[in-house]
Amino acid sequence: MRHACLAIFLSLFTTMLTALEIEDHRFFPGTGQRVLKVISTADLEVFAPYLAAFQSSQPGLSIDYTVVSSAELYRAIRNGAAFDLALSSAMDLQFQLANDGFAKSHRSEATTALPDWARWRDLIFAFTAEPAVVVLSTQRFQGLDLPTTRQELVTLLREYPERFEGSVGTYDVRDSGLGYLFATQEARSTDAYWRLSEVMGRLNPQLYCCSGQMIDDVAEGRLALAYNVLGSYAAERLARDSGGRVQILGMQDFTNVILRTAIIPVGAQETAGAGALIDMLARLGQRDVPGDWPLPPLGQTGADNVVDFGPIRLGPALMVYLDPLNRRAFLTEWENALEQR
Amino acid sequence: MTGTGSIGRRLTLLLAGVAALLSVLSWWMVTGLARQAAERTQDNVLAASVTTIAETLRSEQGEVRLELPYSAFSMLGAISEDRVFYRVATGDTILTGYEDLPVPNEIVSSLGRVVFDTGEYSGEEVRMATVSRLVLAGAQPVPVKVTVAQTRGGVASISAELSQLAAFLSVAFFLVAVSLSAFAARTSLKPLNEIAAAVSRRGPSDLRPLRRAAPTELAPLLTSLNRLMDRLGQSIRSAEDFIAEAAHRIRTPLATVRAQAEIALRSASDDDQKQRLRQMIRAIDESSRSAGQLLDHATVIYRTDDLVRTPVMLSDLVGQTVAGLEPTASMKDIQLDVEALRAKAEVDPVLIENALRNVLDNAIKYSPPETVVKVAMAETNGEVRIAVTDQGPGLGEGPADQLTQRFQRGRNTQGIVGSGLGLTIAKDVLVAHGGRLELETLQGGTGTCATLVLPSS
Repeated sequence: MRHACLAIFLSLFTTMLTALEIEDHRFFPGTGQRVLKVISTADLEVFAPYLAAFQSSQPGLSIDYTVVSSAELYRAIRNGAAFDLALSSAMDLQFQLANDGFAKSHRSEATTALPDWARWRDLIFAFTAEPAVVVLSTQRFQGLDLPTTRQELVTLLREYPERFEGSVGTYDVRDSGLGYLFATQEARSTDAYWRLSEVMGRLNPQLYCCSGQMIDDVAEGRLALAYNVLGSYAAERLARDSGGRVQILGMQDFTNVILRTAIIPVGAQETAGAGALIDMLARLGQRDVPGDWPLPPLGQTGADNVVDFGPIRLGPALMVYLDPLNRRAFLTEWENALEQR
Repeated sequence: MTGTGSIGRRLTLLLAGVAALLSVLSWWMVTGLARQAAERTQDNVLAASVTTIAETLRSEQGEVRLELPYSAFSMLGAISEDRVFYRVATGDTILTGYEDLPVPNEIVSSLGRVVFDTGEYSGEEVRMATVSRLVLAGAQPVPVKVTVAQTRGGVASISAELSQLAAFLSVAFFLVAVSLSAFAARTSLKPLNEIAAAVSRRGPSDLRPLRRAAPTELAPLLTSLNRLMDRLGQSIRSAEDFIAEAAHRIRTPLATVRAQAEIALRSASDDDQKQRLRQMIRAIDESSRSAGQLLDHATVIYRTDDLVRTPVMLSDLVGQTVAGLEPTASMKDIQLDVEALRAKAEVDPVLIENALRNVLDNAIKYSPPETVVKVAMAETNGEVRIAVTDQGPGLGEGPADQLTQRFQRGRNTQGIVGSGLGLTIAKDVLVAHGGRLELETLQGGTGTCATLVLPSS
């Protein structure tokens, strides 16, 4: 146990020293000299329509778009990497950056129009509200009643252990900033979380770094269900191709809703461009109809069957679980529950 | 009215100045209190937060352990959008949090008590709450210091908001105070204005004391005003007395001198001497007449001060007066026509007779010989009018009112004996009775009409 912890910390330490671990990167050339460097956790296929829309209004501006994990993004900004805009779904890490003075303030008509809960101190701005959902394979669930609460899910997993053995997927909270946020907030909000984790732990769960891979594996039938997947990715995936193989399920007893947020790092050069992109995203976040955009607006959670529990609050309480002592304690407990073999 | 400005305005400005001072003072105090209240609120929440964290401190296998409770930070997020920093340390060893937070060094003396401090961190002013607790680590209890810091943006914005509200209220308070002070100034000056109005409403010869209720502050003014009027009245009366006495004393010897001059004229044979004596008699007549009118005038003033009214048949009075002047008229072959009317009025008969005599005397005096002077009476609209019309040269140019002032004579009166007091006496008498004297030149300058107007009873 101790060794595992040590290993994680060592790996974190080494990545801090080495260069950025880039998952994807694309340069969108504009007609002018100015370049807006964006670092983001949103996949290219999800975010490209936004960049295209932005560039059509600002054709002179080139966009350099880098996709990294949320933890990587946090480290990069903290270490002063040269980016003009940071977009992340890990709102706790974004908040910590803003709180610790790594964000530049930005104020415009579009940002002041945002609801109070969707911004903090003109430093951090939310532009989507996305629920955590359960994605399940239609084929693997044939003949079963679909669970609507965690209690029902626990019962189901207990009743059919052979069916779900090795076929339950969830975030590896040690790697994924978003997974950690989902887990900590859920543990705080409902006592069913630990029960569910215990049950999943007995079924030899598969741990993932990212939502995309989990959804892929559900679609392929390798997983029967993926727990705590970002709803917007699942919906986008469902819209693209699934042929009825994947189903999205919102939990009725409690649902985490995260805010995808933007900050302008203190070291930003192209602040005007970054501000313009934030304004566009903020305006899109306040739209009334979902439209053709891949990500849902702030006003609705995107999935029809999810009861609106309201988003996680942007506030200093988000930093509580980022505290190293708290993190260590939580991860210990999580490992005890999930890694029982 | 001159130079020193108005008391009302001065009072209003003074009160408004006081109100402005109070407004600014109250704004300043409310602003200060608002800031203090906001600061105290922040201190309380910080204290609650730091205490909540300190309560989780415990010892596990000889090590100090703690967990940050979710509520410790969520309560800070609830009061304002302020940045939050924290630090937990045993001595110089950091357990968790922001290492470089500038934490105050007092520990031992304040064990278990929350200590507040203000410092600067991450480019902003922060308020820090620190609490120290002893935790058993191994065999030795070690002091653990928990600090929670928060920036003061919320405090500033709350106090700015309240200060703005206070400023708005102060301005409103000021405006109300100014209008109230204007009202107060006007109200307190009202008795003064009333006394001034009462004095200015009075007739020119009304020197009776003012009898009205006055505020204590105005009583001395009223008393001295009355005393002044009393002295003025006395001095006027003594002057009139003096004139009457003087006139009387002059008239008697003049009568003697005139009689002697008449005798001398009769016994004189030399034409030249006769001419001189006639001139002398004429001059004596003029002096005697002037003295008589001065006496009349004094009588009129004396009697109008205390008017004693009795019901009088005016036709009788007119008849008697006309009869008294018949000899004078016949000397110039002037015929006096009287159209009497039985009209009654409550008047002082002596004064009215005097007034009428003066008017008639004037008419006869300025009429050419062998003409008619008409006296006509009429009663209309509660007024009795006694019109005296002559066929003289008229009043001449210039305003007719001037002729009723003392010693004023018409421009076309050269060569005729007169003092310029006759019409003054007539007018004073009529005004004292609530009536008036009307003077007009008849059309084409063919005579004068003087009308005595009296209220009938």
